Amino acid sequence: MNRMTIATLATLAIALGGPGSAFAGSEDVVVEGAWARASIGTSRPGAAYMTLRNTGNEAVTLTGIMTPIAMMPEVHRTATNDNGVSTMAPAGDIDIAPGESVALAPGGLHAMLMRLQEPMIEGESFPLTLTFSDGGKVVVEVPILGLGARGPED
Amino acid sequence: MIRRPALLGYCAAGLSALGLALFAGWWQVDGPGAPEPIGQLPLALPSMDFRLTDHEGQPVGPETLIGRASMVFFGFTYCPDVCPTTLSDITGWLDALGEDAERLNVVFITVDPERDTVEAMAEYVGYFHPAIRGWTGPEAQIARAAEGFRASYERVPTEGGDYTMNHTASVFLFGADGRFVSTIDYHEPREVAVPKIRRAMNEEARGAS
Repeated sequence: MNRMTIATLATLAIALGGPGSAFAGSEDVVVEGAWARASIGTSRPGAAYMTLRNTGNEAVTLTGIMTPIAMMPEVHRTATNDNGVSTMAPAGDIDIAPGESVALAPGGLHAMLMRLQEPMIEGESFPLTLTFSDGGKVVVEVPILGLGARGPED
Repeated sequence: MIRRPALLGYCAAGLSALGLALFAGWWQVDGPGAPEPIGQLPLALPSMDFRLTDHEGQPVGPETLIGRASMVFFGFTYCPDVCPTTLSDITGWLDALGEDAERLNVVFITVDPERDTVEAMAEYVGYFHPAIRGWTGPEAQIARAAEGFRASYERVPTEGGDYTMNHTASVFLFGADGRFVSTIDYHEPREVAVPKIRRAMNEEARGAS
């Protein structure tokens, strides 16, 4: 490998946010299996799910989410107690330890998309930006599945 | 001065009175005489009393469910996570039952009648298995239904003046005669849920023979 190739690769690595970029943790977050349910119109909140995997050596903290399709997107957590009563509340910051994954999945954490600006239509997709405490952002394109979908494969 | 045998007698009488009082207390509080704790098992359907409207505008009540095994659950259509998940789980169970699903009542009762009108329920259940019926009605009747099923719900304000509902997410199973059979808890896998439904449907067969 000549000097030129190495220089080109190094430039590429920096451009792609590889080692040496400004954000030390969030660039190592890999988002997998993102999906959302279609909505009925815009009056009801939507929900999106995915798995966040921290492939780096440092803990990362998800602090918020943004999307052009909802005015008030927020990560919420559903919990069901011993009496079978389900409650839902903002989840706050979500820490992901090095090598660990956090699943946003039905019945637990979910990206709750409140104040929809447009209906979520099956077959379409929308961008969702995850913001981390180190200032890094990860943008994921979320495919919209049917209202009756149970997972990313449905 | 009290003679010794008499003193002993008083003591014995006092002790046995105390023992009786303790026993009576236990019987009423923890023993077989204890009242049924609220929030435990649903009543039998014939012991319930409420009047609601289904998503086709038909008047319905607990008696509507007698004659076939029933699967009943509470939720609301503005629920982004648990309710669509429960409805799609149920759709999967009904698909697994195949034609047997036609011998089952499946009812989704809203805990949010303010937003869940008959029209809203009709549109919502239309996205899931066709056997699923959506019931709504006046708040007071929803409250009576929830009381009968020993289900609970609570309105919780959210940011920006909206609200969400906490609610019992379990699915209740009844035999054809309306007797409560069992509960499918939120997110129980299909391999557990479908046999429970079949058991409730077999109650029907036993009841008929």
